[in-house]
Amino acid sequence: MAGIIVDDRPYQVDERENLLQACLSLGFNLPYFCWHPALGSVGACRQCAVKQFRNEQDRQGHLVMACMTPAADGTRISIEDPEAKTFRASVIEWMMANHPHDCPVCDEGGECHLQDMTVMTGHAYRRFRFNKRTFRNQDLGPFITHEMNRCIQCYRCVRLYRDYAGGRDFDAFGSRNHVYFGRHEDGTLENEFSGNLVEVCPTGVFDDKTLMPHYTRKWDLQTAPSVCAHCSLGCNTIAGERYGTLRRILNRYHNEVNGYFLCDRGRFGYGFVNSEERIRRPKSRPSRDGQTIPIDKDMILRELGPLLADKPSRIIGIGSPRASLESNFALRELVGPERFSLGLSVRDAGLNSIILDILRRGPAPSASIHDVEQADAVLILGEDLINTAPRLALAVRQSARQQPMEIVDKLGIPRWHDAAVREAAHARFGPLFIAAPYSSWFADIATETYHAAPDDLARLGFVVAHELDQAAPTASTVNPTIGSLAKRIAAVLGQAERPLVISGTACKSEAVIQSAANVAWALCKTGTPAKLCYCLPESNSLGLAMLGGKSLEEAFSIVKNGAADTVLILENDLYRRADALSGDAFLKTASKVIILDTLEHDTTAKADVLLPAGTFAESDGTLVNNEGRAQRFYQVFPAEADIQESWRWIRDLAVASGHPAQPNMTAWNTLDDVVLALSEAIPVFRRLAEAAPPEKFRMIGQKIPRQTHRFTGRTSMHAPLLMHEPKPVKDPDSPLAFSMEGYLGQPPSPLITHYWAPGWNSVQALNKFQSEVGGPLRQENPGVRLIESFGKRTVTYFTDAPKPFQALDHGWLILPWYQIFGTDELSARASAMAERIPGPTLMLHPEDAATLRFKAGERTELMLGNRSHRVPVKLDAAVPRGTAALTIVSDFTDAVLPAWSPLIRVAEP
Amino acid sequence: MLKLLKGIWLVFLHAFTRPVTIQYPDVKPYLPPRWRGRIILSRDPDGEERCVGCYLCSVACPVDCIALQATEDEHGRRYPAWFRINFSRCIFCGYCEEACPTYAIQLTTDFEMSEYDRRNLVYEKEDLLISGTGKYPGYNFYRVSGVQIGGKDKGEAEHEASPIDLRSLMP
Ligand code: SF4
Ligand code: SF4
Ligand code: SF4
Ligand code: SF4
Ligand code: FES
Repeated sequence: MAGIIVDDRPYQVDERENLLQACLSLGFNLPYFCWHPALGSVGACRQCAVKQFRNEQDRQGHLVMACMTPAADGTRISIEDPEAKTFRASVIEWMMANHPHDCPVCDEGGECHLQDMTVMTGHAYRRFRFNKRTFRNQDLGPFITHEMNRCIQCYRCVRLYRDYAGGRDFDAFGSRNHVYFGRHEDGTLENEFSGNLVEVCPTGVFDDKTLMPHYTRKWDLQTAPSVCAHCSLGCNTIAGERYGTLRRILNRYHNEVNGYFLCDRGRFGYGFVNSEERIRRPKSRPSRDGQTIPIDKDMILRELGPLLADKPSRIIGIGSPRASLESNFALRELVGPERFSLGLSVRDAGLNSIILDILRRGPAPSASIHDVEQADAVLILGEDLINTAPRLALAVRQSARQQPMEIVDKLGIPRWHDAAVREAAHARFGPLFIAAPYSSWFADIATETYHAAPDDLARLGFVVAHELDQAAPTASTVNPTIGSLAKRIAAVLGQAERPLVISGTACKSEAVIQSAANVAWALCKTGTPAKLCYCLPESNSLGLAMLGGKSLEEAFSIVKNGAADTVLILENDLYRRADALSGDAFLKTASKVIILDTLEHDTTAKADVLLPAGTFAESDGTLVNNEGRAQRFYQVFPAEADIQESWRWIRDLAVASGHPAQPNMTAWNTLDDVVLALSEAIPVFRRLAEAAPPEKFRMIGQKIPRQTHRFTGRTSMHAPLLMHEPKPVKDPDSPLAFSMEGYLGQPPSPLITHYWAPGWNSVQALNKFQSEVGGPLRQENPGVRLIESFGKRTVTYFTDAPKPFQALDHGWLILPWYQIFGTDELSARASAMAERIPGPTLMLHPEDAATLRFKAGERTELMLGNRSHRVPVKLDAAVPRGTAALTIVSDFTDAVLPAWSPLIRVAEP
Repeated sequence: MLKLLKGIWLVFLHAFTRPVTIQYPDVKPYLPPRWRGRIILSRDPDGEERCVGCYLCSVACPVDCIALQATEDEHGRRYPAWFRINFSRCIFCGYCEEACPTYAIQLTTDFEMSEYDRRNLVYEKEDLLISGTGKYPGYNFYRVSGVQIGGKDKGEAEHEASPIDLRSLMP
């Protein structure tokens, strides 16, 4: 701690911070632009000027940039000094000289940091009478708008895009007052984190293009804290609604998970909620070949009730890794644990539970994204992070800065001094080893990369583990290349202070997952506190593994044997989980197929009854992310007519059937009831209720409003339907209210619906919600980590190292090639995504292609799960010989991959 | 007694003063131009809708009786897709007019809006939009603003220099 004096009053601050950060943490309103807690200081905007005094006698003082001055002990500054204030107002005035008269048509208006800072400095009247500089804009693709006239040249965008996220197709161009931020030519921003420009740019240069078609000001959005549903990381988001449709996703700060940033899949994938293909009413299909007809809710419940009551033992429930814990549990209770299937194939369910088992067994604990950023040596085994867990890739890029920081520290450069730090580190990156079946641009900072088939990747893992600890089993017949690579990896990991091993389900290989565990365990055993991070396929994959249940194949065979004939499917498209033939057979054999889901898909096309389930925006629930952290997401807006949470539908079914097996279930009225039942029923969820405050929670007796205090149109928006303003809809499940009335201060962190503070309308009001700017939130409740393995020391290594991969003469091992845009089932249905989803492609090694006489762009025929497909071929030397990578988009799923298939060149007509 | 007579005398005198009551509706009263009556949406001097859908009127409205949805034409010009004022809630405070950065929304001298059915007091854009500029002739927001719209390229607004040529090597 350091003692500093601000305007003649003493304060204690952290001496590792700069004065700007320290002052903001103390609650002062000091304007700034270019500094960002995650990006550090460069002193580009000159906005944060304060007066610094040498000592008590010094009355003259001199202006310094607060963001470039360390908060050293004894520092005396004045924020209120007239000269400093005038200086700051002048800086704004200079920026405004060229600023366009755009606020009314600027998407940033009402949440603009420039507006806030202008008001804060007091600059009000324009004196500049000359012409304004103008720029032409660029078309930056489907996600981001560009309006360069509004730029104040703070350089935040380019620092985020290039320095932080590693993007290459964006830069600052020109000089003096002609500096331009954009691409070298019009075109889609390629970086997977481009959406963060929306929040990082303090002006309206970059805004959310998906918001524009239904543009709404921040004050008019009804918002709720949510959790991203599009991968297993569980980034925290704020989702906003207006007039019954979901309008945008913003980042919600979580110190240990996503910090300040989201990936573009998470930010722009929300459109499926508003999709034309939503199931909005209960429907039934009187004849299997016919159309569905809408049916009244009570009627369908009356019809299904007796069916469920008559033969409870003949019902099979199929859960889903994209449904909440509560909904899955409700289904499990309705049908009973013996007839509850996870909705995953034996293989996929197995992979998830191996990961769960490894994390539980220890000794290596699971890493949060924050832990990943702090790691100083990283080994990635089998994951293409940028596509399977994008935000994690961004964190790994930061981890690569950890080791060069030693040089920086030695030179005495404070870590927030971004320009100096990057200069000192000078494109040095810490150790990052990527072993994956194919390459992505993300490997540009890798120390070494190794591309091989999954079995060979696992073998590398085994050898590395053996290098670290001779007691760990190794692989047979190790070739010298792998041997020496493994030695180098082991040496680096062994010397690191906070090594990390990342792996996951992307290779669909048990051995890869196990070998990663062996490496981390070997490190732990030899005294290095290594952490493990696994990426799973979906938002609740780990939660479902904890719940436990039968595989899809078992469910199929139960129906096939005639032991059950009624199927209740929860938010799951079976054709993404199993091959089409067994899916068809299963759905055909079952006498009644009831599906609860949000969107129409191949499975719903075969359902006898469809019940409309709420999406993440229309329901509350808990998801367990890849590190085992249970996090609550909250309903954003009242769902239309018949749409309700899946667990409520299941409860209604239980009530309608007079459910004999589970009398408790019929008494479930609120989410808390389900959470309680779940935490009592299954020990691992004992602490589930701690993930979020219960419904009864109040701030000074009040609920927390989802609408801002300046929410507008209340007496007009419903007027054509109803002259008398309807009462706010009651929310029985959470302490949040669908209203603008309620507690206006800061609630505990899981309940923050939007960031706002007096004078701070932009997202940077977040500063006021943190106990220390850039640190944890006040009253932080980070969710509950349901798996902790600390303190366990015994290590039992996995022993089954696979044999080396053998290429076949006439077949190729087709591996799944996941795509950030297109693979995730839900976000792929968002209209904004369409342009970014690649077409189906098969990636092949050029030499393999040569033996087949393929040229790039030509099409090949391949056989998967008894079906033949034709896809264009792309050549890439990183693909291991004897394998080929198939994009998992549109109709292609990873259910039957990896699989061997011949490749036959299609003669184009 | 004297007081009483004085009162009667005064009343008598009043019989000869000019009446102040106006025989509305046969006689229309004078209303100053800044009278705050029925709200309209005006057009700019070029005949285009002035409203850009900025939501400032709706946020200024103390009774929240304005609701709208902004949209954009294919050339980037913003306008309200729909715009609704519930006059059964409006208190004619004029805050919306004061907040409007484009002079689009204006209060007029019309106050004769009685209806038997409250629902008829809900005015949609068709009911609000007039064909002229209203009280404020001359002003066209898009001629001042820096955004490009159909018929106005970058650099063509008032007080704008032509766009920077990024490929130029001149210092
Ligand atoms: S960037 Fe901010 S100040 Fe500039 S036009 Fe947009 S809202 Fe107004
Ligand atoms: S575009 Fe935005 S972030 Fe980039 S320099 Fe300009 S104002 Fe700053
Ligand atoms: S990384 Fe995953 S959880 Fe995070 S925003 Fe992207 S898709 Fe969502
Ligand atoms: S303030 Fe004016 S321009 Fe803005 S929405 Fe209202 S009427 Fe339209
Ligand atoms: S914030 Fe300090 S100079 Fe920009």
